[in-house]
Parts: sequence; structure tokens; C-alpha cells
Amino acid sequence: MSLADKLVSSFLAFELDINVQSPVHNIRTEAIKEFEKLGFPNKKLEAWKYTSLKNVLKEDYTIFSKKKNVLEFKNIQNYFLENTETYKLVFVDGSFDPFLSQTSHDGVDICILSAALTKPVYSKIISKYFNTSINKKDSLSLLNTAFSKEGVYIHIPKNKILEKPVEVIHFATGNEATLMLQPRNLIVLEKNSQAEIIETHQSLTSNPIFTNSVTEIFVDQDAHLDYYKIQNDNLTSSLIDNTYISQQKKSVAKVHTFSFGGKLTRNNLNYFQKGSYIDSIMKGITIIDENQLVDHHTLVDHANPNCESHQDYKGIYSGKSTGVFNGKIVVDKIAQKTNAFQQNNNILLTDKSTINSKPQLEIFADDVKCSHGCTIGQLDHDALFYLRARGIPKKEAKALLTYAFANNVLESVNIPSVKSRIKKIIANKLGVDLGFDL
Amino acid sequence: MAYTEEELKKELETKEYEYGFYTDIDSETFPVGLDESIVRAISKKKEEPEWMTEWRLKAYKVWKNMKEPDWANVKYQKPDFQAIAYYSAPTVLDPNKTLDDVDPDLLAMYKKLGISVDEQKKMNNVAMDIVVDSVSVATTFKKTLGEKGIIFMSISEAIKEHPELVKKYIGTVVPTTDNYYAALNSAVFSDGSFCYIPKGVKCPMELSTYFRINQAGTGQFERTLVIADNDSYVSYLEGCTAPSRDENQLHAAVVELIALDGSEIKYSTVQNWFPGNKNGKGGVYNFVTKRGICGTNSKISWTQVETGSAVTWKYPSCILKGDNSVGEFYSIAVTNNYQQADTGTKMIHLGKNTKSTIISKGISAGKSQNSYRGLVQINSRAENARNFSQCDSLLMGNKCGAHTFPYIEAKNKTAIVEHEASTSKIGEDQIFYCNQRGIDTEKAIALIVNGFSKEVLNKLPMEFAVEAQKLLEISLEGSVG
Repeated sequence: MSLADKLVSSFLAFELDINVQSPVHNIRTEAIKEFEKLGFPNKKLEAWKYTSLKNVLKEDYTIFSKKKNVLEFKNIQNYFLENTETYKLVFVDGSFDPFLSQTSHDGVDICILSAALTKPVYSKIISKYFNTSINKKDSLSLLNTAFSKEGVYIHIPKNKILEKPVEVIHFATGNEATLMLQPRNLIVLEKNSQAEIIETHQSLTSNPIFTNSVTEIFVDQDAHLDYYKIQNDNLTSSLIDNTYISQQKKSVAKVHTFSFGGKLTRNNLNYFQKGSYIDSIMKGITIIDENQLVDHHTLVDHANPNCESHQDYKGIYSGKSTGVFNGKIVVDKIAQKTNAFQQNNNILLTDKSTINSKPQLEIFADDVKCSHGCTIGQLDHDALFYLRARGIPKKEAKALLTYAFANNVLESVNIPSVKSRIKKIIANKLGVDLGFDL
Repeated sequence: MAYTEEELKKELETKEYEYGFYTDIDSETFPVGLDESIVRAISKKKEEPEWMTEWRLKAYKVWKNMKEPDWANVKYQKPDFQAIAYYSAPTVLDPNKTLDDVDPDLLAMYKKLGISVDEQKKMNNVAMDIVVDSVSVATTFKKTLGEKGIIFMSISEAIKEHPELVKKYIGTVVPTTDNYYAALNSAVFSDGSFCYIPKGVKCPMELSTYFRINQAGTGQFERTLVIADNDSYVSYLEGCTAPSRDENQLHAAVVELIALDGSEIKYSTVQNWFPGNKNGKGGVYNFVTKRGICGTNSKISWTQVETGSAVTWKYPSCILKGDNSVGEFYSIAVTNNYQQADTGTKMIHLGKNTKSTIISKGISAGKSQNSYRGLVQINSRAENARNFSQCDSLLMGNKCGAHTFPYIEAKNKTAIVEHEASTSKIGEDQIFYCNQRGIDTEKAIALIVNGFSKEVLNKLPMEFAVEAQKLLEISLEGSVG
């Protein structure tokens, strides 16, 4: 039985397990029906032209994990940010771990979706926001919707500035031989509020893990979101990250995606601008090797005048790795005075590595400034020579140039401990630590 | 007399397609529809050898099982392929084919187009293989070219006179199975041009073909094959105009360029098919497959100015197979009213040290949609491959759209690929600057568009550049918002 069939048939069992009376029941049922029609995406679809899920989908994943593993804090301490006070939401094999987490209901709600979906206090927000922004034609988002049960729920009320960042970590412990996880997250920032969120997926096992995550984010007027995705998983796990961000007037939403690990990582990052004077910022660094594949698909829907979007994605590929970038900017005809920038720079280090890039513009308004640039190249031989002539060994010289290449993106990271973590991962990847800040 | 903007607008709105007239020549037209017997009949009519008939039939069988593609960013009513007559030849055809024998009606038609054949012959150093409704009527300068060993004739003649060359190269760059329209063309192509430049010869003049669609309800299926042998050079011009017609006409041409080692082919197109009237009625469907293949140290350069057609679907491509080969693509695509264009190029880098340059300028006005779709593919053995792409779009008004779909695929670490794109509008300050100096808005726009397109216009041969510049102006008239 294929994975798609298995998922469809286990939906009934899943529904029995939870409350059928809940208003989400209809949404789930509708979603599984649609998924059954569409199935998993294949390479014939334009959006999946360069990324095949075949190797990921061939495993017989366990959909409901039964066995439970308990994690000791001291064993996983390393995966948390150093020297930084944070709220923590920790999920182990798909279930919330209250002992490792630090939630809050003090003026804000930093808790879990299962509570939000079932408790009447949250019903107003759930019915207003839940499942309202996702692409109803994307089969993976639909699949996640059908099995939506657990994940992050963050609600920041009006004029509230979250003083600590929220750390979200999904651990997989290998309690089952194979495991499929489908976290569903809902994040709502009300007017003039601010929040910083760091999301990590970490597998602690060599068993195949397949995560299909959906995050819906709503950023109201004047609110400010800063979101970091650290993807440094091991080579047996795959991640499909579907993020939908809806922004209102004068809001700012920044997403940094750092992709270093994982067998297959697909980021579908979608921005919908629902007011004017909005700023949408997407930045990413990808450094991969071996047989890894990282695919960034971004969509910015400029539907209102006077908005901006900035995209900057850097990629360094070695081994037999493959990088995909597909950035789509749509400017509606009423979205005059739009400023949209898109930049995708890539370095190929080996003969077997591949990069496929498709920066796409669809513009219907005339008074706009839109540009995109894409480059594929190598480290500059003259620059390398310059450094080596000054006594810097080849490896360090290469690392220095690589850091410089990625520095544009690193510079805009606002949390020092996130920055130092990323630097550490890069140093690890390159096998060289520069020992100083650029 | 003071000429108000209102009046100008009115005049432009009612301005009909300049070349919209219909020449009454007796045409011999086949019954409408397409089946095996029609393919055979076309082949028989052209007195083709058996292998050619077989080749056509093979293509027809492939086509029958193909589906019309719909991935392009254009919307149109799919043509009914059974409602088209697949062959039409002017019946007044003299076998001796000297200019004096050409039907005076035809000559008058060219005169209206401003390309009187004898004038061309005397004044310009241009040899013309004139194609009216698919059959070559007059081939000029054949003798001059013949002395150099250059073969320049209609493809039907070439099939008879040089079967070895045609047989060797036809379908090698664009196989019959390539795509829907290429397969259709292979099955039913009625005529086209054939050009062979022998080893080491530099063609002394620009070779040129003029296409027109004359007979109502006939499809135009041109087949062009240009072969440049080792170390030769040729510059080829192709120009198209079509009379005004209500129903949509289909044009599905195939152009194959073969640049052998050390040779260079420059292929320029000015396309001005009837774009439909200002309500989007009528116009030509232009579905063209153009591709060239480069041997070692050779170069293929495509230059195109696209101002016409209701729907354009065209991707002149280069396969850079030989080491050190060079591919170039320079394009201006202008769309106005309800025109739709989905055009671009493919650069396939296979050989070492191959280079490609893409400069694409899209101008959209009115309610038109203009898309650039390009592929740059660097294969794993293409060491030191280099590509530079630039696609700029200019928008006039907020009812039109500009789209870019660039695909970049690199599989080699030594590849250097750059892609840039920008979208902008004509600045109010630019127009104000011109107005201040006594240049009216319409002229100012022409000036700015001209500057925007200069990079591409410069690549056109002299005679064409002037015409192209004029066409740009005509196509954009009345688009001042």
C-alpha cells in the first residue's frame, strides 16, 4: 500500500481518537478528501519539477507513534540556544513534552495547538484564523490539515512586545523504525505587537523521519515578526515546511532560513500582503553536500500599493548536492509603487553538484520597481590567491571567502545567540573556525 | 491647426493595420482538414521523392497522438486543425521564374509593402526569396550566389535538386517529435527556404525572405533550413507581414540552423503579423520552433523584433554542442491591445568554454501580456561555460502584464551564470524633460522606447534596423496613458 493510501485509510482512526464534534472536524474531512484526489506531488507538476519526493515517500512511515521515549534535558541541552532566556515549546516524536518546555499564559499565549483547538477560550481566534491562509490546492498542506492536531500556538495581544524569544524544537527519538510527523502551527500577532521565534527540527536517530509541517502566521497592523528556521538535521530526515504569512498594514515580517542538514528539505514560504506599507523580508543561507537537496520556493503576493519585499538567498553546494530556488513575485494591478527585490547567489564547489534556479516575476502594475538577480559561480581565484599570498592557508582562505559570501544574510540576524549558533554550524561544515567576527 | 490630444487618440484608435489589404490572386487551395491523404497530396503536389513523403507521414503519425501544449502563459481559442486548408499556391506560376514573369498583382502587393522586388534588386544588395502563401515566387541574385557555390532556394526545390543535403540535415535540430507544432509543420510544410554556404565562404550579401499570409483560412507552415559549412559566414533576414483578416490565422514555422565547425550564422527576424484589432479580434497565431546547433568554434546569433501576432509562442534556441561555441539571443517583444507573447530562448551548454548572451526587452501596453521564458542549462561536461542574461520589461499602464520565467540549471562547478531582470515604467520626469524641450508626449515615448531597445536594434542589419524602429513606433501608437 502506498503512503498516500495508508494516510487516507488511517484518517478514520485518527478522527475517532479525537473529538469529532469539534468545528475543525469539517475542515479535516474536507482536506483529506481533497488530498485523496490530488495525491502527493510528482515531478510533472511545475512546482516540483526539480524535486522528487520518490525517495522520501518509499518508506513505510508510522503515522501514529505509539511508543514513548523520555528525553533527559542534559542530553539535549546542546540543541537549545546558549546563554539566552527563552520560552520553550518542545515536541518529542510529535507529542508535546511539558517537562522540557516553558509555556506562558501571562498576558500572552505561548502554548500548544491541541489545547487551542479544544478549549472554548480560544475558539474565537481559532475560527477567525485557523486554516484560512493555506493554499487549498497544495496537497501537502491539505494532508497536514487533515491530520492537524498538535503544534505551536502563539497569540500575542495588542501592543505587547514579547521580551524573550520563543524556541520551538521538534525532536525525533527513533522510538519507531520510521516516523512521519505533521506539526501544525498557528501564530497570531495582534496590532503593534512583536515576537521572535526560532524553529528547529532535530532527529536524534538514524531512522528515517519525514516531517510535513504547516505554519500559519498572521501579522496584524504595525506588528513585527522575526522568524528563524534552523535546518541542521541529520541525513536520514526529510522536511517539508509550508509557511503562510498574512500581513496587514505597515507590518514587518522577516524569515531567515538556514539550511545545512537533512536529506531533503523543501521550504514553501508564502507571503500575502493584505494592506499597504508592508515589508516582507526573506533571507536564507544554504550550505549542503553529499546527496542533500534543499529547495526554496518563495511566493510574495503584492496585492496592495506601497509595499516592499526583499529576498536574499545564498547557497553553497558541494558533493552531489542539489539546490533549487524558485522565487515568485506577483504584483497585482492595484499594487502600484511596489518595490520588490530578489537575489539568489550560488556557488558550486564540485562537479557533481547542481543548482536549478527560477526567479520569476509576474507583474501587472506599471509604477513598480522590481528586479531580480541570479548568479552561479565559484570562489574568486584571484581573491583566494591574494589571501594565500598573505600567508593564510587555503582552507582558511576558502572559509573566509565563504563567510564573506554569506555575511549579508548573517548580518541581519538580530539575536546574538542565533548568530553564533549559525556561525558555529558553518564553521563545522567548512571544518574551519575563523575565531573572529566579520 | 492645433492638434489636440483627443484628436490624436481618436485617430490612433481608428487606425487600422497599415498593411491590411487583400490581393485578389487565384489560389489553388486544397480542401480543408488534415488526414494522411492530404499529407500525401501535398507531397505529391510538390513532386517530392518517396523518402520525403515517408518522413512527412511519420511526422503526421506522431502529431496525431500529441496534445496541444498549454504550459505557455497565453490564453486563446485553440485552432481547429480540421478547419484549415493545408495547401494554397498562387496558380499564376511561371516555371521560368524571372521577375518579369511574376504576376503584376503580386508585384503591386509588394510595392504596397514598400518592398518592390526590382527596387530591392537594384538598390539594395539583398537577395530575396519571396514567399507568398508558401510558394516561392521569385528568387533573385541566385546567379551571383551560385558563383560562390552558395545554394539559396526554396526548400521544395532543394528537396529535388540537393536531396543529399536536405536528407542529411532536415529534422536533425528540430526532430519531428520535438513538439506539437513542429510535428504538424513536418507533416504539412508547404515551402520555405533552404540555404547552404560551402566551406570557407563568406556570403557577400544578406539573404532575406519575406513571408506573407494571403489566402483566407490557410495556415502558413514554413520550413527553413540554413547550413553553414566549416568556416563560413551567413547573415539571414526574415520579415513577416500579413494582411488584415477577421478569423485567426495559424502560423507554425520551423527553422533549423546548422553551424558547422568555425562557422557563423546570424539570423534576424522582424515579425509584424496582423496583431488583431484594438478589441482583440482577429490576428495571427504564431507558434514557431526555431533552433540552431553549433559545432566547434562556431557561433549562432538570433535577433528578433516581435511586434505583431495576436499570440506569439516562440523560443529561438541554441545548442552549444561544440567546444568554444557561442550563442546569442537579442530580442524585443512589443505587445499592445490584446496581444499575448510568450517568448524567450534556450541555451543548452554542452561543449567546453561555451558562451551565451541573452538580452531580452519586453514592452507591454494596452491590455496585453508579455512573458519572457528562458532556459540556461549548463551540463556537467560544459567546463568554463559562461552565460549572461538580462531581461528588462517596460510597462505602459496598469492593464497589461509583464512576466519572466527564467530557468537556470547548472551542473558544473566551473560555470558562471548571471541573470538580471528589471521591470520599470517610463518615468514622468523623462517625459517632462522631453516636453520641456518641445518634444510631444507621443514622440517622447518613441524616443524612450527606442533608447530602451537600442541594445537589440543595434544588432540588426542596417536595412532592418530602420524598419524595425518604424514598427516599434507604429505598434505603440496610442498607448500613451
